[in-house]
Amino acid sequence: MIRLPLVLFLSATLFSIGVYGVLARRNAVLVLMSIELMLNAVNINLVAFGAALHDLTGQVFALFVITVAAAEVGIGLAIVILIYRNRETINVDEVNLLKW
Amino acid sequence: MTGAEIAFVIIGVVAVVGALRVVTARNVVRAALYLVVTLSAVAGVYLLLSAEFVAWVQILIYVGAIVILFLFGLMLTKAPIGREALDNQRRGVAFLVGLAILAGLVYLIQGAFDWDAARIEPFEGSVAAVGSSIFSRFVLPFEVISFLLLAALIGAIVLSRKEDRP
Repeated sequence: MIRLPLVLFLSATLFSIGVYGVLARRNAVLVLMSIELMLNAVNINLVAFGAALHDLTGQVFALFVITVAAAEVGIGLAIVILIYRNRETINVDEVNLLKW
Repeated sequence: MTGAEIAFVIIGVVAVVGALRVVTARNVVRAALYLVVTLSAVAGVYLLLSAEFVAWVQILIYVGAIVILFLFGLMLTKAPIGREALDNQRRGVAFLVGLAILAGLVYLIQGAFDWDAARIEPFEGSVAAVGSSIFSRFVLPFEVISFLLLAALIGAIVLSRKEDRP
């Protein structure tokens, strides 16, 4: 038996750490890693609610989120490598071509 | 505190410490390796929540594939070492925003759920049931997800290919 709020606190903590990482890091690969932390927090929530309700839908959606995360990392790293090839840097605060 | 809760707290502390090191490490490769720690701990959380299949998928996809992809991304780009090179100047604001989100979420969660009533009992979540759920009730999202993966694959190849047109 695990209390549900305990699991939700863990996921909230992981999500906040991910938010900090996205805002504080300037290396694009590290920003992507922080996004993975946030997606993992969401997955913990899905699985926890599924387990609390004895419903498998949460697990199915967690699997879908993992798949989308894999696709997102693939595209994201391709874009990062492309930016590095063109600009010689992957610091997100130096990539300002679209900044008005 | 039951035995499962003690195990959960230990695994959760490992996950949080690993995540903190991911966002504060001064070396990008170490950040990727701490990400492995966090992802494995999250897989342990899934096991405690009786979701074995999701746990093994987490190990296979995240630890096996995504972290390797991250390491390749780090190898193909030049990543300097040091806090000033990896973090931007607005670290304090980012910390405040993260703390505010954490406080808000904790406030909402402890207000929304009764501490003793909302509990997760272990149940038999078999892989066969997950599979039949995916292929009967969620077959359309499953096909959409496969299409999305194909599109991402082609997109990644097109993006990272060297331009050889004149």
